[in-house]
Amino acid sequence: MSKSNPPTPPPEVLELAFKQTLTSGVGKKLPHESAERHVSGEARYIDDQLEYPNHLHLYARLSEQAHATITKLDVNACRQYPGVACVITADDIPGQLDIGAVLPGDPLLAHSKVEYWGQPLFVVAATSYDIAREAAQLATIEYAPLEALLDVKEALHKKHFVMQSHQHKRGDANKAIASAPHCIKGQLNIGGQEHFYLETQVSSVIPTEDGGMLVYCSTQNPTEVQKLVASVLGLSMHKITIDMRRMGGGFGGKETQAAGPACLAAVVAQKTGMPAKMRLARSDDMMMTGKRHPFFVEYDVGFDQKGVLQGVNIELSGNCGFSPDLSGSIVDRAMFHADNAYYLGDALITGHRCKTHIASNTAYRGFGGPQGMLAIENIMDEIARFLGEDPLTVRERNLYGQHDRNITHYYQTIEDNPIKDILEQVKQSADYRQRRQQISEFNNKHPFLRKGIALTPVKFGISFTAGFLNQAGALIHIYTDGSIQLNHGGTEMGQGLNTKVAQIVAEELQVSIERIQITATDTSKVPNTSPTAASSGADLNGKAAQAAARTLKQRLTNFAAERYNVDTSAIIFKNNCVQVGETLVSFDALVQDAYFSQVSLSSTGFYKTPKIHYDRDSASGHPFYYFAWGAACSEVIVDTLTGEYKVLRTDILHDVGASLNPAIDIGQIEGGFIQGMGWLTTEELCWNEHGRLMTNSPASYKIPAISDTPLIFNVDLVENRKNPEDTVYHSKAVGEPPFMLSISVWCAIKDAVSSLSDYRYHPDIDAPATPEKVLLGIEKLKHQLANREPLS
Amino acid sequence: MIRFLLNQTPEIIEAIDPNTTVLNYLRQHKHLTGTKEGCASGDCGACTAVLVSLQDETLSYETINTCLTLLPALEGKQLITIEALKQAQLHPVQKAMVEHHGSQCGFCTPGIVMSLFALQKNVTTYQREATLEALSGNLCRCTGYQPIINAAKQICDTHSNDVFDQQTGNTITQLKALQNDHLSGIQAQGSECFSPRTLDELDKLLLQNPNARILAGGTDLALEITQMHHRLSPIVYLGRIEALKRINLSDSHIEIGAACTLSHCHSILSQEYPDLGKLLDRFASLQIRNQGTLGGNIANASPIGDSPPALIAAGASVQLRRNGHIRCMPLDEFFIDYRKTHLLPGEYIEKICIPRKHPQSLYRIYKISKRLDDDISAVCGAFHLQMHNGLITNVRIAFGGMAAIPKRAIKCEKALAGQPWQFSVLEKAIPALNDDFSALSDFRASAHYRTLTTRNLLMKLWWESQHDSNLITRVSDHVEI
Repeated sequence: MSKSNPPTPPPEVLELAFKQTLTSGVGKKLPHESAERHVSGEARYIDDQLEYPNHLHLYARLSEQAHATITKLDVNACRQYPGVACVITADDIPGQLDIGAVLPGDPLLAHSKVEYWGQPLFVVAATSYDIAREAAQLATIEYAPLEALLDVKEALHKKHFVMQSHQHKRGDANKAIASAPHCIKGQLNIGGQEHFYLETQVSSVIPTEDGGMLVYCSTQNPTEVQKLVASVLGLSMHKITIDMRRMGGGFGGKETQAAGPACLAAVVAQKTGMPAKMRLARSDDMMMTGKRHPFFVEYDVGFDQKGVLQGVNIELSGNCGFSPDLSGSIVDRAMFHADNAYYLGDALITGHRCKTHIASNTAYRGFGGPQGMLAIENIMDEIARFLGEDPLTVRERNLYGQHDRNITHYYQTIEDNPIKDILEQVKQSADYRQRRQQISEFNNKHPFLRKGIALTPVKFGISFTAGFLNQAGALIHIYTDGSIQLNHGGTEMGQGLNTKVAQIVAEELQVSIERIQITATDTSKVPNTSPTAASSGADLNGKAAQAAARTLKQRLTNFAAERYNVDTSAIIFKNNCVQVGETLVSFDALVQDAYFSQVSLSSTGFYKTPKIHYDRDSASGHPFYYFAWGAACSEVIVDTLTGEYKVLRTDILHDVGASLNPAIDIGQIEGGFIQGMGWLTTEELCWNEHGRLMTNSPASYKIPAISDTPLIFNVDLVENRKNPEDTVYHSKAVGEPPFMLSISVWCAIKDAVSSLSDYRYHPDIDAPATPEKVLLGIEKLKHQLANREPLS
Repeated sequence: MIRFLLNQTPEIIEAIDPNTTVLNYLRQHKHLTGTKEGCASGDCGACTAVLVSLQDETLSYETINTCLTLLPALEGKQLITIEALKQAQLHPVQKAMVEHHGSQCGFCTPGIVMSLFALQKNVTTYQREATLEALSGNLCRCTGYQPIINAAKQICDTHSNDVFDQQTGNTITQLKALQNDHLSGIQAQGSECFSPRTLDELDKLLLQNPNARILAGGTDLALEITQMHHRLSPIVYLGRIEALKRINLSDSHIEIGAACTLSHCHSILSQEYPDLGKLLDRFASLQIRNQGTLGGNIANASPIGDSPPALIAAGASVQLRRNGHIRCMPLDEFFIDYRKTHLLPGEYIEKICIPRKHPQSLYRIYKISKRLDDDISAVCGAFHLQMHNGLITNVRIAFGGMAAIPKRAIKCEKALAGQPWQFSVLEKAIPALNDDFSALSDFRASAHYRTLTTRNLLMKLWWESQHDSNLITRVSDHVEI
């Protein structure tokens, strides 16, 4: 390298720059780092990569039984089909067959038995996808059917579990319920949810000369894919590199479920020495991969004349599907959120992990939290109807206190609780009281349309409940021209993580974000990463990148102090400039100077979340570093003749601490809300009596479309409220919490229906509240009214 | 041979399997990977591109789902893909999407940009209704759509001449040069497709190939290729036969050529039968309506197709043609059984004849589905009552989703015919529906819900007939309440 200095800006340019603040640092509404590539079609997803001339394509044949012994699997005809390179069955896996994430139970390919309709039996690799698919049809498959258990209640009754049950216990709940002035018992069925990431599961694997594999995989969890590909191939992890530039959506669906296609393509690549790609067709993806857990909830609650909970006994039974996958932590999180924002009094919260013969349910935005929260919100409404109170009043009375009634049923003290203010602000901005009045007037006049409104809070615990996952690494290189390459262990699935982390590094080093090249997540750059999940992406990786940036800044500071013979306290980095005592130099010049003085310009960073602990035996501890808060008010109109409805207006106020990027945060809130609304309204998973998923395409499974967006949709961030904990720039996680703001829609629909009984009956409408469920709920309520059934 | 413009470049297709979708052609043959596959069933819109055709002396910009479009549909047209929008700079539509944070994961984004691009070409000011219509077939799982609506506001209100506008003259010249009157086609890998220009050519082809698969919009037929993995051959494409795309309005009838797209017949149908227009607004998505034809929706004889009940209630008939021989048939007699019609091998629907609406008649359609946009009906009910001197003189009620075919509620009609339009009469007519239908349960709806809804729709009809039009009666309209 020549020793010529980079062109130095004239001093007046440097002085002007130094006086100005950085425009691309933390807190700025920068667009997504890939926005221009997204809109131009230039953003490359794995299936867009140019293929090698000998690239093979995989197709998996799926089980057509929910539970059966495989009595015959003859794939010879598939092997003979022209264009087929190889056929892989369970017997052809060189290493470990099981790819269970936490516990075993997930065979890569079915071995001797199948446990759900849609389970992969074998894969064909061929010169084209069509050939692979055609060949796969030629196999002879015979089954001896076994009894399939498809109903979560039956599984609960038979104690057919994938894992042990767990309990949170405070005081004597049953006694408190029995001695309370009023009590209510009830049940709630909560539906699951298909992730419907727009890009289906996809992996492309290139064999390397050292017998390893370069794996392009659309995954939230590169390290786990690395580990599983290695174990399936019988190799060490160091032979495997995972490259993950971006996902076309994840939402939890690519936390564990991305590993299967990667492992299968890797087996083919190892066997043939050729590159291999597996991309799932939409309906195959929907049949094969797990979804949000459906839950069956039973509750028994006691409360006083004001509706204040005295004791609760809630049993949460998650429908886990055929294997454990992440169900342990998911049902835990449902239990941790069975309080939402309310002090439960004496509480007994039980979580069961029911085994059924459907695909193994998995992580999905909220990770069990939404199901737990839906149960307690249903209870709030039911208490309100029982007492003839406005549900908001009952909610307000039950909120956690600031200084008392502030300990959760798992004994974590809630140290910072703004929910009362947030609720009050939404009440004002949404004009709740006056609209309640207007709704009443409308409902009295209209022959068959009814409006409803609901204002519901959100409290969501932030941290992985599996403690060790709360760690992250980053790697930053500064090159001699002052440009920077940034790598971290998180993955970009659209949530803007790369943008936020780049903003953090820009802020730390006081350089423009344009200097920072974000690269694909790469297990050879940052090893042993945690999945990008639990809303923790920016919290963990932002801190790790900050640590790496600070190390580099310190080195540059020390170097400059020595070089210019000033104290380190006289060195200020600002807006691409560095003031060293009386001298002002450009960042580039300092970097180049440092290089020639043999200063290392590359650093790793590491972070682990403090304060987290949970003792399973006593079911107590501090599983969450902090909580994210919010509230939403939604108004709906319901057609009582058809059960159809529409959301008219939603007002949201959400707490993201000091926002790293308000534009991205608002995007997460709006998107999370709508996705949650889909879960509670139109997204209905239906299996037939044989356990086959019938809603296996977007023609039959309806996620929200554009007309479902509320006519009026106001979203605000809580202003001037830093996270009191030492998170990165005192921001808060935002991925999952807003999802549960959508509970306001479900409650508003039930509010509209309840108006038919002058709000004295609580409608029996499970989630999702499809138009059919709403109409049947209306019919049931009318029947109750006609028979003057006692309340609840 | 198929000739078209791919963005600005003239293309000729000869030896490509006619079972190839435009999406696979773009991604696999041309390595244009900006257009994405999200579902390959026309439900998500990630594969949206814009098809530009010559209409008189102007260019018409329409979105299509490339995953459901087969290559013959490109002939003589310009296909604009996402790759063409960004020139030296982002296109204003792309810029607006960036400024409003309209992309997150980005996978649906090219499709959304293409829908916005077409929207901008077709409107002069922002209207929420038109925006929702333009994007009704584009699913986004990340954003919740609000920033996309905001981007639409910006681009519709600040229309500026883009490179496509500047090149309009040139494009028209290029497209004119591509127009021809030849019978064209492609064949490869044992499959062939013919693309005739006249009814005579079509008759001849169908006489020679009575089992040919007739391709109109292809929005249903292509699913056989992409979802059921059938290979179709021979295929006969109707989209170049002008005679099948004509709309005629006489004193007594509206005649719609069978290959007229749902978008093209929208305006005349909604003028005559406003509720039919509203139904068409919720008929699949705009991309599908730009491709799908009225004749196709009838001919594929789905029990849940949306147009048949509406047309049966309107008293429509179909004109069938086979080797030059023509016969007519009331639409309600056209359907025999599940996906079975009276069409003979080699016979096709030439046109649909819809009587003009009597000014005083009551005509209402209700589509019940889980989702407002782009969903298949659980039940679609169409009601048509003509009244004279207070008595119901003529009544036609038809339902989709209630039987193996779109079917009239004959017993219910009988209970109403000749009676005064009174609530007591209605109360007697409602139970008759039980004799007309025995609904089935499936994942879209239970039999119980279907039965209950059909009864309640008569109630809704009653309410709508009793109140002035200011009373809101539907939550499903694309209007602000």
